[in-house]
Amino acid sequence: MQQLLNGIFIGSIYALFAIGFTLVFGILDQLNLAHPAVFAVAAFVGIELVEVAGLSIWVALPIVLLVGALLGVLIEWVAFRPLRGRPDAHFAGLISSIALGGIFIALLQARYGPDTRRFPADSFPDERYTIAGAQVTLLQVAILVISIVLMVVLTLLVRRSRLGRGMRAIAENPTAATVLGINVSRIRTSTFALSSALGAVAGALFAMNVNSAQLGMGSAIELKGLAVIIVGGMGSLSGALVGGLALGLAEVFAVQYVGSSWRDMVAFGLLFLILLVRPQGLFGARRVREV
Amino acid sequence: MTYDLKIEDDATDPKQGITVFEGFVDNGTNVIIGPTLSNTAFQAQPIAQEGKTPVLAISNTATGITAQGDYIFRDSLTEAQVIPQTIAKAKEKYSLKKVVVMYSQDDAFTKSGFEVIEGALKKEGVENAKTLSFSKADTDFRALLTEAKGLNPDAIVVSGLIEAAIPLVTQARELGITAPIIGGNGFNNPRLMKDAGAAAEGVVVGAAWNSASSNEENTKFMADFKAKNGAGPDQFAAQAYTGMLLIDHAVRAKCSAERDDIKAGLGAIKDLKTPLGTISINADRDAEHDAVVQVVKDGAFTVLK
Repeated sequence: MQQLLNGIFIGSIYALFAIGFTLVFGILDQLNLAHPAVFAVAAFVGIELVEVAGLSIWVALPIVLLVGALLGVLIEWVAFRPLRGRPDAHFAGLISSIALGGIFIALLQARYGPDTRRFPADSFPDERYTIAGAQVTLLQVAILVISIVLMVVLTLLVRRSRLGRGMRAIAENPTAATVLGINVSRIRTSTFALSSALGAVAGALFAMNVNSAQLGMGSAIELKGLAVIIVGGMGSLSGALVGGLALGLAEVFAVQYVGSSWRDMVAFGLLFLILLVRPQGLFGARRVREV
Repeated sequence: MTYDLKIEDDATDPKQGITVFEGFVDNGTNVIIGPTLSNTAFQAQPIAQEGKTPVLAISNTATGITAQGDYIFRDSLTEAQVIPQTIAKAKEKYSLKKVVVMYSQDDAFTKSGFEVIEGALKKEGVENAKTLSFSKADTDFRALLTEAKGLNPDAIVVSGLIEAAIPLVTQARELGITAPIIGGNGFNNPRLMKDAGAAAEGVVVGAAWNSASSNEENTKFMADFKAKNGAGPDQFAAQAYTGMLLIDHAVRAKCSAERDDIKAGLGAIKDLKTPLGTISINADRDAEHDAVVQVVKDGAFTVLK
Protein backbone atom coordinates (compact mmCIF):
# COMPACT_ATOMS: atom_id res chain seq x y z
CA MET A 1 0.00 0.00 0.00
CA GLN A 2 2.80 2.39 0.94
CA GLN A 3 4.65 1.52 -2.28
CA LEU A 4 1.48 2.08 -4.32
CA LEU A 5 1.14 5.57 -2.85
CA ASN A 6 4.88 6.27 -3.31
CA GLY A 7 4.47 5.36 -6.97
CA ILE A 8 1.38 7.52 -7.45
CA PHE A 9 2.96 10.60 -5.83
CA ILE A 10 6.19 10.47 -7.80
CA GLY A 11 4.26 9.41 -10.91
CA SER A 12 1.99 12.47 -10.72
CA ILE A 13 5.06 14.73 -10.84
CA TYR A 14 6.48 12.79 -13.80
CA ALA A 15 3.10 13.21 -15.49
CA LEU A 16 2.94 16.95 -14.87
CA PHE A 17 6.45 17.34 -16.28
CA ALA A 18 5.73 15.11 -19.27
CA ILE A 19 2.45 16.84 -20.12
CA GLY A 20 4.30 20.10 -20.63
CA PHE A 21 6.76 18.24 -22.83
CA THR A 22 4.10 16.53 -24.91
CA LEU A 23 1.95 19.66 -25.33
CA VAL A 24 4.58 21.38 -27.46
CA PHE A 25 5.24 18.20 -29.36
CA GLY A 26 1.58 17.40 -29.99
CA ILE A 27 0.68 20.86 -31.24
CA LEU A 28 3.84 22.18 -32.83
CA ASP A 29 5.53 18.89 -33.66
CA GLN A 30 8.72 20.12 -31.95
CA LEU A 31 10.65 18.79 -29.00
CA ASN A 32 11.62 21.49 -26.51
CA LEU A 33 14.71 20.23 -24.70
CA ALA A 34 14.99 23.39 -22.60
CA HIS A 35 12.01 22.00 -20.66
CA PRO A 36 14.21 20.18 -18.07
CA ALA A 37 16.10 23.43 -17.43
CA VAL A 38 12.80 25.20 -16.72
CA PHE A 39 12.07 22.41 -14.21
CA ALA A 40 15.32 23.18 -12.35
CA VAL A 41 15.09 26.99 -12.61
CA ALA A 42 11.56 26.90 -11.17
CA ALA A 43 12.67 24.91 -8.14
CA PHE A 44 15.41 27.44 -7.33
CA VAL A 45 13.12 30.42 -7.95
CA GLY A 46 10.49 28.86 -5.70
CA ILE A 47 13.05 28.39 -2.92
CA GLU A 48 14.26 31.96 -3.32
CA LEU A 49 10.69 33.30 -3.06
CA VAL A 50 9.94 31.34 0.10
CA GLU A 51 13.32 31.62 1.79
CA VAL A 52 14.45 35.15 0.95
CA ALA A 53 11.25 36.99 0.11
CA GLY A 54 9.47 35.15 2.94
CA LEU A 55 6.38 34.40 0.87
CA SER A 56 3.97 31.64 1.76
CA ILE A 57 4.16 28.59 -0.46
CA TRP A 58 0.64 29.34 -1.75
CA VAL A 59 1.76 32.72 -3.04
CA ALA A 60 5.06 31.40 -4.33
CA LEU A 61 3.56 28.62 -6.46
CA PRO A 62 1.45 30.90 -8.70
CA ILE A 63 4.51 33.15 -9.13
CA VAL A 64 6.56 30.11 -10.13
CA LEU A 65 3.83 29.28 -12.64
CA LEU A 66 4.10 32.79 -14.10
CA VAL A 67 7.90 32.65 -14.19
CA GLY A 68 7.62 29.34 -16.02
CA ALA A 69 5.24 30.88 -18.55
CA LEU A 70 7.67 33.76 -19.15
CA LEU A 71 10.52 31.32 -19.64
CA GLY A 72 8.33 29.49 -22.16
CA VAL A 73 7.82 32.70 -24.11
CA LEU A 74 11.54 33.35 -23.99
CA ILE A 75 12.31 29.84 -25.23
CA GLU A 76 9.95 30.28 -28.16
CA TRP A 77 11.38 33.69 -29.07
CA VAL A 78 15.03 32.79 -28.70
CA ALA A 79 15.33 29.11 -29.54
CA PHE A 80 12.48 28.40 -31.96
CA ARG A 81 11.12 31.52 -33.68
CA PRO A 82 14.34 32.60 -35.45
CA LEU A 83 14.62 29.13 -36.95
CA ARG A 84 11.09 28.96 -38.33
CA GLY A 85 10.93 28.54 -42.05
CA ARG A 86 14.23 26.75 -42.27
CA PRO A 87 13.90 23.37 -43.91
CA ASP A 88 15.58 21.74 -40.90
CA ALA A 89 13.57 23.79 -38.38
CA HIS A 90 12.56 20.77 -36.27
CA PHE A 91 16.04 19.46 -35.82
CA ALA A 92 17.64 22.90 -35.43
CA GLY A 93 15.03 23.86 -32.82
CA LEU A 94 15.80 20.73 -30.86
CA ILE A 95 19.46 21.67 -30.74
CA SER A 96 19.00 25.36 -30.04
CA SER A 97 16.65 24.48 -27.16
CA ILE A 98 19.36 22.27 -25.64
CA ALA A 99 21.72 25.26 -25.88
CA LEU A 100 19.23 27.62 -24.24
CA GLY A 101 18.63 25.06 -21.49
CA GLY A 102 22.39 24.97 -20.92
CA ILE A 103 22.45 28.76 -20.60
CA PHE A 104 19.63 28.67 -18.02
CA ILE A 105 21.54 26.14 -15.93
CA ALA A 106 24.79 28.12 -16.21
CA LEU A 107 23.00 31.28 -15.02
CA LEU A 108 21.49 29.29 -12.17
CA GLN A 109 24.94 28.09 -11.17
CA ALA A 110 26.37 31.60 -11.36
CA ARG A 111 23.60 32.86 -9.06
CA TYR A 112 23.35 30.00 -6.55
CA GLY A 113 26.61 28.02 -6.86
CA PRO A 114 26.76 24.25 -7.16
CA ASP A 115 25.28 23.46 -3.74
CA THR A 116 22.05 21.62 -3.21
CA ARG A 117 19.28 23.90 -1.94
CA ARG A 118 15.92 23.22 -0.38
CA PHE A 119 12.72 24.83 0.84
CA PRO A 120 12.95 25.94 4.49
CA ALA A 121 11.85 23.16 6.83
CA ASP A 122 8.74 24.96 8.06
CA SER A 123 7.49 26.24 4.68
CA PHE A 124 4.78 23.62 4.57
CA PRO A 125 2.68 22.37 7.53
CA ASP A 126 4.04 19.03 8.71
CA GLU A 127 0.76 17.09 8.86
CA ARG A 128 0.81 13.31 8.50
CA TYR A 129 -1.95 10.77 8.05
CA THR A 130 -2.04 7.00 8.15
CA ILE A 131 -4.12 5.45 5.40
CA ALA A 132 -4.44 1.65 5.55
CA GLY A 133 -1.07 1.43 7.30
CA ALA A 134 0.68 3.75 4.86
CA GLN A 135 2.18 7.11 5.84
CA VAL A 136 1.03 10.08 3.81
CA THR A 137 1.98 13.73 4.32
CA LEU A 138 -0.27 16.68 3.64
CA LEU A 139 2.38 17.88 1.20
CA GLN A 140 2.07 14.72 -0.90
CA VAL A 141 -1.71 15.01 -0.99
CA ALA A 142 -1.38 18.66 -2.00
CA ILE A 143 1.05 17.73 -4.79
CA LEU A 144 -1.33 15.12 -6.13
CA VAL A 145 -4.29 17.51 -6.02
CA ILE A 146 -2.34 20.37 -7.65
CA SER A 147 -1.11 18.05 -10.41
CA ILE A 148 -4.57 16.70 -11.14
CA VAL A 149 -6.20 20.14 -11.09
CA LEU A 150 -3.59 21.56 -13.48
CA MET A 151 -3.99 18.61 -15.84
CA VAL A 152 -7.79 18.90 -15.83
CA VAL A 153 -7.61 22.65 -16.43
CA LEU A 154 -5.23 22.09 -19.33
CA THR A 155 -7.44 19.44 -20.90
CA LEU A 156 -10.50 21.72 -20.64
CA LEU A 157 -8.47 24.58 -22.09
CA VAL A 158 -7.45 22.53 -25.10
CA ARG A 159 -10.92 21.01 -25.65
CA ARG A 160 -13.19 23.96 -24.92
CA SER A 161 -11.49 27.33 -25.22
CA ARG A 162 -10.87 29.48 -28.25
CA LEU A 163 -7.12 29.14 -27.66
CA GLY A 164 -7.54 25.36 -27.53
CA ARG A 165 -9.44 25.31 -30.81
CA GLY A 166 -6.61 27.30 -32.38
CA MET A 167 -4.08 24.86 -30.97
CA ARG A 168 -5.91 21.89 -32.35
CA ALA A 169 -6.22 23.55 -35.73
CA ILE A 170 -2.48 24.18 -35.85
CA ALA A 171 -1.78 20.63 -34.77
CA GLU A 172 -3.96 19.41 -37.62
CA ASN A 173 -2.50 21.65 -40.32
CA PRO A 174 -0.57 24.89 -39.70
CA THR A 175 -0.99 26.20 -43.24
CA ALA A 176 -4.73 25.68 -43.22
CA ALA A 177 -4.89 27.32 -39.79
CA THR A 178 -3.18 30.44 -41.16
CA VAL A 179 -5.60 30.52 -44.08
CA LEU A 180 -8.49 30.35 -41.62
CA GLY A 181 -7.21 33.53 -40.00
CA ILE A 182 -5.72 31.99 -36.88
CA ASN A 183 -2.79 33.92 -35.42
CA VAL A 184 -0.32 31.05 -35.54
CA SER A 185 2.56 32.97 -33.94
CA ARG A 186 0.54 33.98 -30.92
CA ILE A 187 -0.74 30.46 -30.40
CA ARG A 188 2.74 29.01 -30.72
CA THR A 189 3.94 31.38 -28.01
CA SER A 190 0.97 30.57 -25.78
CA THR A 191 1.64 26.86 -26.20
CA PHE A 192 5.23 27.28 -25.08
CA ALA A 193 4.11 29.44 -22.15
CA LEU A 194 1.55 26.85 -21.01
CA SER A 195 3.99 24.00 -21.40
CA SER A 196 6.76 25.69 -19.43
CA ALA A 197 4.34 26.86 -16.73
CA LEU A 198 3.41 23.22 -16.07
CA GLY A 199 7.07 22.15 -16.13
CA ALA A 200 7.90 24.92 -13.67
CA VAL A 201 5.22 23.92 -11.16
CA ALA A 202 6.38 20.31 -11.50
CA GLY A 203 9.93 21.43 -10.64
CA ALA A 204 8.91 23.35 -7.52
CA LEU A 205 6.67 20.49 -6.34
CA PHE A 206 9.42 17.94 -6.95
CA ALA A 207 11.93 19.97 -4.91
CA MET A 208 9.42 20.14 -2.05
CA ASN A 209 8.56 16.47 -2.30
CA VAL A 210 12.14 15.21 -2.03
CA ASN A 211 13.49 18.11 0.10
CA SER A 212 16.28 18.80 -2.37
CA ALA A 213 16.91 20.97 -5.45
CA GLN A 214 20.03 20.45 -7.54
CA LEU A 215 21.30 21.95 -10.77
CA GLY A 216 21.14 18.48 -12.34
CA MET A 217 17.56 17.74 -11.28
CA GLY A 218 16.26 18.58 -14.75
CA SER A 219 18.54 16.22 -16.60
CA ALA A 220 17.72 13.49 -14.10
CA ILE A 221 14.03 13.70 -14.99
CA GLU A 222 14.50 14.50 -18.70
CA LEU A 223 14.94 10.88 -19.78
CA LYS A 224 11.96 9.84 -17.71
CA GLY A 225 9.84 12.59 -19.26
CA LEU A 226 10.82 11.48 -22.77
CA ALA A 227 10.08 7.86 -21.94
CA VAL A 228 6.68 8.83 -20.54
CA ILE A 229 5.60 10.75 -23.62
CA ILE A 230 6.78 8.02 -25.97
CA VAL A 231 4.95 5.34 -24.04
CA GLY A 232 1.87 7.51 -23.62
CA GLY A 233 1.85 8.32 -27.32
CA MET A 234 3.68 11.40 -28.51
CA GLY A 235 1.43 14.40 -28.18
CA SER A 236 -1.29 12.70 -26.18
CA LEU A 237 -2.19 14.48 -22.93
CA SER A 238 -4.01 11.56 -21.34
CA GLY A 239 -1.18 9.33 -22.52
CA ALA A 240 1.36 11.44 -20.66
CA LEU A 241 -0.75 11.25 -17.50
CA VAL A 242 -1.12 7.47 -17.63
CA GLY A 243 2.51 7.06 -18.75
CA GLY A 244 3.78 9.16 -15.84
CA LEU A 245 1.85 7.15 -13.29
CA ALA A 246 2.91 3.89 -14.96
CA LEU A 247 6.59 4.85 -14.77
CA GLY A 248 6.28 5.92 -11.12
CA LEU A 249 4.61 2.62 -10.22
CA ALA A 250 7.03 0.55 -12.33
CA GLU A 251 9.94 2.14 -10.44
CA VAL A 252 8.65 1.44 -6.95
CA PHE A 253 7.56 -2.09 -7.73
CA ALA A 254 10.88 -2.83 -9.40
CA VAL A 255 12.52 -1.90 -6.10
CA GLN A 256 10.01 -3.97 -4.16
CA TYR A 257 10.04 -7.17 -6.19
CA VAL A 258 13.21 -7.21 -8.26
CA GLY A 259 15.92 -5.26 -6.44
CA SER A 260 17.05 -1.68 -6.20
CA SER A 261 20.04 -2.08 -8.53
CA TRP A 262 17.66 -3.15 -11.30
CA ARG A 263 15.18 -0.33 -10.89
CA ASP A 264 15.94 1.67 -14.04
CA MET A 265 16.44 -1.44 -16.09
CA VAL A 266 13.09 -2.92 -15.11
CA ALA A 267 11.22 0.37 -15.47
CA PHE A 268 12.65 1.23 -18.88
CA GLY A 269 12.51 -2.42 -19.99
CA LEU A 270 8.78 -2.42 -19.29
CA LEU A 271 8.40 0.70 -21.38
CA PHE A 272 10.12 -0.99 -24.30
CA LEU A 273 7.79 -3.93 -23.89
CA ILE A 274 4.79 -1.61 -24.16
CA LEU A 275 6.23 -0.13 -27.34
CA LEU A 276 6.69 -3.60 -28.83
CA VAL A 277 3.02 -4.32 -28.29
CA ARG A 278 1.76 -0.83 -29.16
CA PRO A 279 4.34 1.05 -31.24
CA GLN A 280 2.14 4.15 -31.36
CA GLY A 281 2.10 4.30 -27.55
CA LEU A 282 -0.78 3.71 -25.16
CA PHE A 283 -2.95 6.58 -26.35
CA GLY A 284 -1.26 7.60 -29.57
CA ALA A 285 -3.15 7.44 -32.81
CA ARG A 286 -1.26 5.96 -35.70
CA ARG A 287 -1.95 8.63 -38.29
CA VAL A 288 -3.96 11.44 -36.83
CA ARG A 289 -2.19 13.28 -34.07
CA GLU A 290 -4.39 14.22 -31.18
CA VAL A 291 -3.83 16.92 -28.65
CA MET B 1 62.76 26.93 16.96
CA THR B 2 61.28 28.80 14.01
CA TYR B 3 59.68 27.34 10.94
CA ASP B 4 59.79 29.00 7.54
CA LEU B 5 56.40 28.32 5.96
CA LYS B 6 56.12 28.49 2.16
CA ILE B 7 52.62 28.22 0.68
CA GLU B 8 51.96 27.25 -2.94
CA ASP B 9 48.60 26.76 -4.66
CA ASP B 10 48.08 23.52 -6.60
CA ALA B 11 44.63 24.72 -7.80
CA THR B 12 43.51 21.08 -7.15
CA ASP B 13 45.05 20.37 -10.55
CA PRO B 14 47.34 17.31 -10.55
CA LYS B 15 49.62 18.86 -13.22
CA GLN B 16 50.12 22.00 -11.16
CA GLY B 17 50.56 19.81 -8.07
CA ILE B 18 53.47 18.04 -9.76
CA THR B 19 55.12 21.36 -10.68
CA VAL B 20 54.78 22.67 -7.12
CA PHE B 21 56.17 19.43 -5.69
CA GLU B 22 59.15 19.55 -8.07
CA GLY B 23 59.88 23.07 -6.83
CA PHE B 24 59.81 21.99 -3.18
CA VAL B 25 62.01 18.96 -3.79
CA ASP B 26 64.61 21.04 -5.69
CA ASN B 27 64.81 24.00 -3.29
CA GLY B 28 65.62 21.82 -0.28
CA THR B 29 62.29 22.07 1.55
CA ASN B 30 62.47 19.80 4.61
CA VAL B 31 58.90 18.51 4.64
CA ILE B 32 55.78 19.02 2.51
CA ILE B 33 52.27 19.24 4.00
CA GLY B 34 49.42 18.40 1.63
CA PRO B 35 48.15 18.46 -1.08
CA THR B 36 44.46 18.84 -0.20
CA LEU B 37 42.91 16.21 -2.45
CA SER B 38 43.70 12.51 -2.78
CA ASN B 39 43.44 12.86 -6.53
CA THR B 40 46.27 15.42 -6.69
CA ALA B 41 48.25 13.54 -4.05
CA PHE B 42 48.42 10.35 -6.12
CA GLN B 43 50.00 12.29 -9.01
CA ALA B 44 52.32 14.59 -7.06
CA GLN B 45 53.57 12.37 -4.22
CA PRO B 46 55.82 10.14 -6.39
CA ILE B 47 57.93 13.26 -7.11
CA ALA B 48 58.58 13.73 -3.39
CA GLN B 49 59.18 10.02 -2.87
CA GLU B 50 61.77 10.01 -5.63
CA GLY B 51 63.39 13.14 -4.22
CA LYS B 52 63.41 11.60 -0.71
CA THR B 53 61.35 14.47 0.73
CA PRO B 54 58.87 13.58 3.49
CA VAL B 55 55.18 14.38 2.83
CA LEU B 56 52.47 14.64 5.49
CA ALA B 57 48.90 14.35 4.18
CA ILE B 58 46.43 16.15 6.42
CA SER B 59 43.15 15.84 4.54
CA ASN B 60 43.33 12.85 2.16
CA THR B 61 41.15 9.85 2.98
CA ALA B 62 41.57 7.59 -0.07
CA THR B 63 43.03 4.13 0.37
CA GLY B 64 46.61 3.74 -0.87
CA ILE B 65 47.86 7.31 -0.24
CA THR B 66 50.68 6.20 2.06
CA ALA B 67 51.32 3.02 0.05
CA GLN B 68 53.05 5.18 -2.56
CA GLY B 69 56.32 5.19 -0.66
CA ASP B 70 58.08 5.27 2.70
CA TYR B 71 58.36 9.07 2.71
CA ILE B 72 54.55 9.54 2.67
CA PHE B 73 52.72 9.98 6.02
CA ARG B 74 49.14 10.88 6.89
CA ASP B 75 47.27 12.17 9.94
CA SER B 76 43.72 12.10 8.51
CA LEU B 77 41.65 9.01 9.30
CA THR B 78 40.32 6.98 6.36
CA GLU B 79 36.76 5.69 5.95
CA ALA B 80 38.20 2.24 6.63
CA GLN B 81 39.27 3.47 10.07
CA VAL B 82 36.19 5.54 10.97
CA ILE B 83 33.32 3.28 9.82
CA PRO B 84 34.25 0.12 11.79
CA GLN B 85 34.56 2.18 15.00
CA THR B 86 31.20 3.83 14.27
CA ILE B 87 29.47 0.49 13.75
CA ALA B 88 31.07 -1.07 16.83
CA LYS B 89 29.95 1.85 18.98
CA ALA B 90 26.44 1.87 17.53
CA LYS B 91 26.12 -1.88 18.08
CA GLU B 92 27.06 -1.46 21.71
CA LYS B 93 24.70 1.46 22.21
CA TYR B 94 21.63 0.27 20.28
CA SER B 95 22.25 -3.51 20.59
CA LEU B 96 22.07 -3.91 16.80
CA LYS B 97 21.24 -7.39 15.51
CA LYS B 98 19.82 -6.75 12.07
CA VAL B 99 20.41 -3.72 9.84
CA VAL B 100 19.65 -2.60 6.29
CA VAL B 101 22.51 -1.11 4.26
CA MET B 102 21.92 1.60 1.64
CA TYR B 103 24.61 3.03 -0.63
CA SER B 104 24.98 4.90 -3.91
CA GLN B 105 26.45 2.46 -6.35
CA ASP B 106 27.82 4.85 -8.97
CA ASP B 107 30.39 6.73 -6.89
CA ALA B 108 33.85 5.35 -6.04
CA PHE B 109 33.99 6.92 -2.57
CA THR B 110 30.57 5.71 -1.40
CA LYS B 111 31.04 2.27 -2.97
CA SER B 112 34.30 1.71 -1.08
CA GLY B 113 32.50 2.98 2.02
CA PHE B 114 29.89 0.29 1.43
CA GLU B 115 32.57 -2.40 1.25
CA VAL B 116 34.00 -1.22 4.57
CA ILE B 117 30.50 -1.30 6.09
CA GLU B 118 29.95 -4.87 4.91
CA GLY B 119 33.27 -6.00 6.44
CA ALA B 120 32.57 -4.19 9.72
CA LEU B 121 29.09 -5.70 10.05
CA LYS B 122 30.50 -9.18 9.50
CA LYS B 123 33.19 -8.59 12.11
CA GLU B 124 30.66 -7.35 14.66
CA GLY B 125 28.29 -10.21 13.92
CA VAL B 126 25.46 -7.91 12.84
CA GLU B 127 23.14 -9.33 10.18
CA ASN B 128 22.72 -7.32 6.96
CA ALA B 129 19.06 -8.05 6.17
CA LYS B 130 19.22 -6.38 2.76
CA THR B 131 21.47 -4.14 0.68
CA LEU B 132 19.64 -1.41 -1.22
CA SER B 133 21.51 0.62 -3.82
CA PHE B 134 20.67 3.97 -5.37
CA SER B 135 22.24 6.37 -7.83
CA LYS B 136 24.02 9.52 -6.66
CA ALA B 137 21.57 11.65 -8.69
CA ASP B 138 18.58 10.14 -6.84
CA THR B 139 16.58 12.33 -4.51
CA ASP B 140 13.44 10.25 -4.01
CA PHE B 141 14.23 7.36 -1.66
CA ARG B 142 10.68 6.52 -0.59
CA ALA B 143 10.46 3.21 -2.45
CA LEU B 144 13.78 2.03 -0.97
CA LEU B 145 12.91 3.24 2.50
CA THR B 146 9.49 1.57 2.42
CA GLU B 147 11.28 -1.66 1.51
CA ALA B 148 13.73 -1.11 4.38
CA LYS B 149 10.95 -0.34 6.84
CA GLY B 150 9.19 -3.60 5.98
CA LEU B 151 12.28 -5.54 7.15
CA ASN B 152 12.05 -3.86 10.56
CA PRO B 153 15.81 -3.31 11.03
CA ASP B 154 17.48 -2.08 14.24
CA ALA B 155 19.27 0.58 12.18
CA ILE B 156 19.86 1.73 8.61
CA VAL B 157 23.53 2.11 7.65
CA VAL B 158 24.13 4.50 4.74
CA SER B 159 27.16 5.18 2.57
CA GLY B 160 26.23 8.31 0.65
CA LEU B 161 27.18 11.93 0.09
CA ILE B 162 25.52 14.84 1.86
CA GLU B 163 23.33 15.52 -1.22
CA ALA B 164 21.69 12.13 -0.72
CA ALA B 165 21.83 12.19 3.07
CA ILE B 166 19.45 15.10 3.55
CA PRO B 167 16.50 13.88 1.44
CA LEU B 168 17.09 10.31 2.63
CA VAL B 169 16.92 11.23 6.30
CA THR B 170 13.90 13.51 5.81
CA GLN B 171 11.93 10.91 3.89
CA ALA B 172 12.80 8.11 6.32
CA ARG B 173 11.32 10.06 9.24
CA GLU B 174 8.32 11.01 7.11
CA LEU B 175 7.61 7.32 6.48
CA GLY B 176 7.70 6.71 10.21
CA ILE B 177 11.09 5.00 10.40
CA THR B 178 12.37 5.62 13.92
CA ALA B 179 15.42 3.32 13.86
CA PRO B 180 18.79 5.11 14.03
CA ILE B 181 20.40 6.02 10.70
CA ILE B 182 24.18 5.55 10.66
CA GLY B 183 26.32 7.47 8.17
CA GLY B 184 29.98 7.86 7.20
CA ASN B 185 32.16 10.88 6.46
CA GLY B 186 29.63 12.10 3.87
CA PHE B 187 27.16 12.79 6.68
CA ASN B 188 29.69 14.71 8.81
CA ASN B 189 28.43 18.11 7.76
CA PRO B 190 26.55 20.79 9.73
CA ARG B 191 24.18 21.13 6.74
CA LEU B 192 22.61 17.85 7.84
CA MET B 193 21.02 19.56 10.85
CA LYS B 194 20.41 22.84 9.07
CA ASP B 195 18.56 21.33 6.10
CA ALA B 196 16.98 18.16 7.45
CA GLY B 197 15.83 19.94 10.64
CA ALA B 198 14.15 17.75 13.20
CA ALA B 199 14.51 14.69 10.94
CA ALA B 200 18.27 14.69 11.58
CA GLU B 201 17.76 13.93 15.29
CA GLY B 202 19.21 10.54 16.19
CA VAL B 203 21.42 10.24 13.10
CA VAL B 204 24.77 8.63 14.04
CA VAL B 205 27.89 9.90 12.24
CA GLY B 206 31.50 8.83 12.61
CA ALA B 207 34.20 11.49 12.29
CA ALA B 208 37.90 12.06 12.81
CA TRP B 209 37.59 15.04 15.13
CA ASN B 210 35.23 16.05 17.86
CA SER B 211 35.07 19.82 18.22
CA ALA B 212 33.49 19.44 21.65
CA SER B 213 36.26 17.22 22.99
CA SER B 214 37.36 18.44 26.42
CA ASN B 215 40.97 17.29 26.20
CA GLU B 216 43.46 20.00 27.05
CA GLU B 217 45.11 20.16 23.59
CA ASN B 218 41.77 20.59 21.88
CA THR B 219 40.35 23.29 24.16
CA LYS B 220 43.57 25.28 23.78
CA PHE B 221 43.52 24.86 20.00
CA MET B 222 39.87 25.94 19.81
CA ALA B 223 40.51 29.03 21.93
CA ASP B 224 43.70 30.03 20.05
CA PHE B 225 42.08 29.52 16.66
CA LYS B 226 39.06 31.63 17.61
CA ALA B 227 41.22 34.39 19.05
CA LYS B 228 43.30 34.59 15.86
CA ASN B 229 40.62 34.07 13.20
CA GLY B 230 37.43 35.23 14.87
CA ALA B 231 35.63 31.99 13.93
CA GLY B 232 35.72 28.37 15.03
CA PRO B 233 37.89 25.75 13.23
CA ASP B 234 36.55 22.89 11.11
CA GLN B 235 37.90 19.34 10.93
CA PHE B 236 40.49 20.24 8.26
CA ALA B 237 41.88 23.01 10.44
CA ALA B 238 42.22 20.60 13.36
CA GLN B 239 43.95 18.04 11.15
CA ALA B 240 46.31 20.67 9.70
CA TYR B 241 47.22 21.97 13.15
CA THR B 242 47.82 18.42 14.36
CA GLY B 243 50.03 17.82 11.30
CA MET B 244 52.28 20.69 12.38
CA LEU B 245 52.39 19.27 15.94
CA LEU B 246 53.53 15.92 14.53
CA ILE B 247 56.27 17.56 12.47
CA ASP B 248 57.43 19.63 15.44
CA HIS B 249 57.57 16.48 17.53
CA ALA B 250 59.60 14.69 14.82
CA VAL B 251 62.08 17.57 14.50
CA ARG B 252 62.61 17.79 18.26
CA ALA B 253 63.01 14.03 18.62
CA LYS B 254 66.25 14.02 16.63
CA CYS B 255 66.99 17.70 17.10
CA SER B 256 67.42 17.91 13.34
CA ALA B 257 65.37 19.22 10.41
CA GLU B 258 67.12 17.03 7.83
CA ARG B 259 64.65 15.21 5.55
CA ASP B 260 65.63 11.72 6.64
CA ASP B 261 65.56 12.67 10.31
CA ILE B 262 62.05 14.10 9.97
CA LYS B 263 61.02 10.92 8.18
CA ALA B 264 62.43 8.76 10.97
CA GLY B 265 60.89 11.03 13.62
CA LEU B 266 57.41 10.92 12.07
CA GLY B 267 57.56 7.14 11.81
CA ALA B 268 58.44 6.84 15.48
CA ILE B 269 55.52 8.90 16.84
CA LYS B 270 53.66 7.05 19.54
CA ASP B 271 50.88 8.17 21.89
CA LEU B 272 51.28 11.87 21.13
CA LYS B 273 48.52 14.02 22.61
CA THR B 274 46.86 16.28 19.98
CA PRO B 275 43.51 18.00 19.41
CA LEU B 276 42.43 14.92 17.44
CA GLY B 277 43.18 12.65 20.41
CA THR B 278 46.16 10.44 21.23
CA ILE B 279 47.96 9.69 17.95
CA SER B 280 50.38 6.93 16.95
CA ILE B 281 51.84 6.46 13.48
CA ASN B 282 51.47 2.83 12.41
CA ALA B 283 53.72 0.66 10.21
CA ASP B 284 51.81 1.85 7.10
CA ARG B 285 52.67 5.46 8.07
CA ASP B 286 48.97 6.21 8.71
CA ALA B 287 47.88 7.91 11.91
CA GLU B 288 45.88 5.87 14.37
CA HIS B 289 43.62 7.54 16.86
CA ASP B 290 40.09 7.01 18.13
CA ALA B 291 37.36 8.16 15.79
CA VAL B 292 34.58 10.03 17.46
CA VAL B 293 31.09 8.64 17.10
CA GLN B 294 28.56 11.45 17.16
CA VAL B 295 24.79 11.51 17.35
CA VAL B 296 22.61 14.46 16.41
CA LYS B 297 20.88 15.79 19.48
CA ASP B 298 18.90 19.05 19.74
CA GLY B 299 20.25 20.14 16.36
CA ALA B 300 23.96 19.58 17.08
CA PHE B 301 26.51 16.78 16.93
CA THR B 302 27.16 15.36 20.38
CA VAL B 303 29.43 12.45 21.32
CA LEU B 304 27.58 9.13 21.46
CA LYS B 305 28.33 7.72 24.87
